[in-house]
Amino acid sequence: MLDGRGSIRRRSGARLWLSAVWLTLFVLAALLAPWISPHDPLAQDLMLGRLPPAWVAGAEPGYWLGTDSLGRDVLSRIIHGARIALVVALIAGTATCLLGSALGMVAGFYRGWADRLISRLVDIWMAFPPVLFAILLIAVLGTGLTSVILAIVIIDWTRFCRVVRAETLNQSKMDYVHSAKVAGFTRLRTLATEILPNVLPTIIALLTLEMGIAVIVEAILSFVNLSISTDQPTWGGMIAEGRTSIHQAWWVLVFPLVALFLTVLSFAQFGDGLRERFDPVLR
Amino acid sequence: MSGFLEIRGLSARLAGTGQRLLRSVDISLPAGCVRGLVGESGAGKSMIGKAVLGVLPKAVEIIEGEILLDGQDLQKVSPAERRRLIGAKAALIPQDPLTALNPSRRIGPQITDRLVDILGWTKARATTRALEVLAEVSIPEPERIMRLYPHELSGGMRQRILIASAFAAEPKLIVADEPTTALDVTVQKQILKLISELQARHGTALLFVTHDLGVVSKVCDTLSVLYAGKVVEDTTVERFFAAPQHGYSSALLAATPRHTDPSSSLKPVPHEVLETVAAEIAASDAAWRPNGGARG
Amino acid sequence: MMLLRQTVSRLVTTLITLFGVAVIVFVVIRVVPGNPIAMMLPPGASEADIERLKTLYGLDKSIFEQFIIWFSNVLHGDFGTSISTRQPVLSLVLDRLPATLELSIMALVMAVAIGGTLAVLGTRFRGRKTEAGIDVANGIGLSIPDFLWGLALILLFGVLWPVFQISGRVSPRLELPFTSQFYLFESLLRLRFDIMADLLSHMFMPALALALPLAAIISQLLKLSLKETVNLDYSVLARTKGYSETKVILSEALPNSILPTLTLVGVQFTFLIGGTVIIERLFSYEGLGNMAIDAVINRDLPLIQGIVILFAILFTFVNLAVDMTYAFLNPKLRHA
Repeated sequence: MLDGRGSIRRRSGARLWLSAVWLTLFVLAALLAPWISPHDPLAQDLMLGRLPPAWVAGAEPGYWLGTDSLGRDVLSRIIHGARIALVVALIAGTATCLLGSALGMVAGFYRGWADRLISRLVDIWMAFPPVLFAILLIAVLGTGLTSVILAIVIIDWTRFCRVVRAETLNQSKMDYVHSAKVAGFTRLRTLATEILPNVLPTIIALLTLEMGIAVIVEAILSFVNLSISTDQPTWGGMIAEGRTSIHQAWWVLVFPLVALFLTVLSFAQFGDGLRERFDPVLR
Repeated sequence: MSGFLEIRGLSARLAGTGQRLLRSVDISLPAGCVRGLVGESGAGKSMIGKAVLGVLPKAVEIIEGEILLDGQDLQKVSPAERRRLIGAKAALIPQDPLTALNPSRRIGPQITDRLVDILGWTKARATTRALEVLAEVSIPEPERIMRLYPHELSGGMRQRILIASAFAAEPKLIVADEPTTALDVTVQKQILKLISELQARHGTALLFVTHDLGVVSKVCDTLSVLYAGKVVEDTTVERFFAAPQHGYSSALLAATPRHTDPSSSLKPVPHEVLETVAAEIAASDAAWRPNGGARG
Repeated sequence: MMLLRQTVSRLVTTLITLFGVAVIVFVVIRVVPGNPIAMMLPPGASEADIERLKTLYGLDKSIFEQFIIWFSNVLHGDFGTSISTRQPVLSLVLDRLPATLELSIMALVMAVAIGGTLAVLGTRFRGRKTEAGIDVANGIGLSIPDFLWGLALILLFGVLWPVFQISGRVSPRLELPFTSQFYLFESLLRLRFDIMADLLSHMFMPALALALPLAAIISQLLKLSLKETVNLDYSVLARTKGYSETKVILSEALPNSILPTLTLVGVQFTFLIGGTVIIERLFSYEGLGNMAIDAVINRDLPLIQGIVILFAILFTFVNLAVDMTYAFLNPKLRHA
């Protein structure tokens, strides 16, 4: 038993570090995009269309990851695409987290009609296929960054709400919450000082997970051509384009896909690692 | 004369911390006899039962010694062979009848499975045998009971079924691991009597793990007193209750409330006695350490 | 009696949920800024066109009235007429449903097979390298959504090692002698294994993409439960009877671990069905989800509404089915 626990701890350490390294790279790429990308991500040059990556025969020096059918540099587009991904991850992730957690805590702590109403809403939301819901919302709200973020918040708050509600409900049954009530603390204060700290590790793990999901949703919307305007480089848009030309130029699909893969994986693993490290029960 | 079960110099420790669990245990149990394994919880009595049946937890490793079942050293055969040997020659009466029957399987197959799968009996023969042993443990309507699920039966009924299941394959050895501890006091006596009767009728060797000296006096021929994984006294029941040899044994005996005197309460084992035993154990550990090479 | 009351209350909640879904789709499409007629018409339509459409789809009435009309039609089985194809929504939707159902069920079967095998292997070799490897695989499977798995599979089995079809449901050159849209099922019934092979070749990647995240969840939860169960008294007793570790896992632990896993997998299966929307798009698989995206892009209001409602019905049905399976499999409930 002791051994098993130790090895889990060690594995979570490696996970945490590896994902932190990639996320740092991701954030740096997004922040420094105009300075570090070798080319203008929008510059088209049909003479340089579908150049393979640097290590493949027929490559042009300077275009490390090749170019797409319009001759745009894949590496520069990935670096610039990280900007949108980061904005969506941070803003949509945080907003979703705040809305969902707040509703979840209210439902789980105050119970009564608020709980019934919120739980019913969650049920209804769970009966929608989320991707279809997102596409529908974008169709109604119009494309653009704000719409994408709004759509993610509207769809995904239930993810937080369900978990936080259940967790709050569990915590509310604990003795220390009961004694806080007996001690005469107000309900709000009990919620803030007794319950929130115990639910927080879960919320944080969910938050990083949600950031990864937000990036994916943006990519999916870009993929069906419903996200940001088409001249902004996004990973999803690149993937959509790469999907149509996989047999001619696999690199147009592979590299943004790898970036997306690593980012989503890192967000999830980072959150899990954090929770394992900071959960008062596991610790 | 060597017994059906011979444990010689068995030592075991916890894999992670190296904590000693069994210290050179010797136990001999001739066919048809009953030996009690007595001691406080954590003394290693259940551990011996588990070692005999090959179900030690993964964290426990046997450092040295041998367990001979019907003359065969269980440590020297392959794991598959060991399982087959134990399955054919030994059986367990578990402690808690509420958790020892699989809740999602009917009673019948839980009795006949060993007969069919391990011993290669036909289904019909196994079923006949199951009905026989169920009748032997006074289960009414055995045909009906065999079709039921465990949750449909009381704890006492379930323990009877587990006893029947243990005797079904006519094993030469049964390990009873505190078989009455989880039961109501009223049921305890019946179950104890039942095990005793069946043991005598079938001539089974019985290793009876218990912390209750009262039970030992009723069921066992010989007993081993364990403290901290060490056998501190190996004697017959008459001699033990007449004049225990070891200080710890007498203390244990004194600590047991007499059934004749309900007013006497459970007394703790005196501190000096425990210190003496601990010193003895430390001495034997020190003597053992250099050749065994085990390091904490 | 308990069971009856539970069933009735379940049914009522289900109906409320479906009603809520209907209201929300209706409101989202009509109340949020943006003229629904403008959504339907190509740019440059004349005033008369707009008026004609408004009357045709009842959009000249108040939203409340529109909802009542639409809802009472729905109760009579009339989901309206698709704007882009001018066919009844219900028949369009029911035509595509079998494709999505076959894909989802295939994905579920794959997820259970992969997840179950990994869980059993992980339990059999617990505490060893095999289990550590399975844990890592589970972690990755849980973090990466179906969309990315789909793309990765396209690269792997479509480009790098092109053994499976990457788009469509069936090769167009094949003559299909089928009377229903359940192609896979019918090909099995009619023993047309040539068509079945072609269908499976098309279905393999989208189904696997949908299956992998669910497989990871099943593997993780089932392994957790199995590892607990193999240490319980009845598993130990089975070992003393002479059974091998594998046999103990399969016949003692597994039956008791399936139930707790099942309830959690139910919700996850609805997520899987929801995932078909984008996966069908990715693989150009002609199912409900692919049609839904087309409907949104074509601004086909009645069709969108019909599809969303059908998905919602499907989800609630799955949850109901899971609960019933649970009750059926649990000996304590069955004999209560």
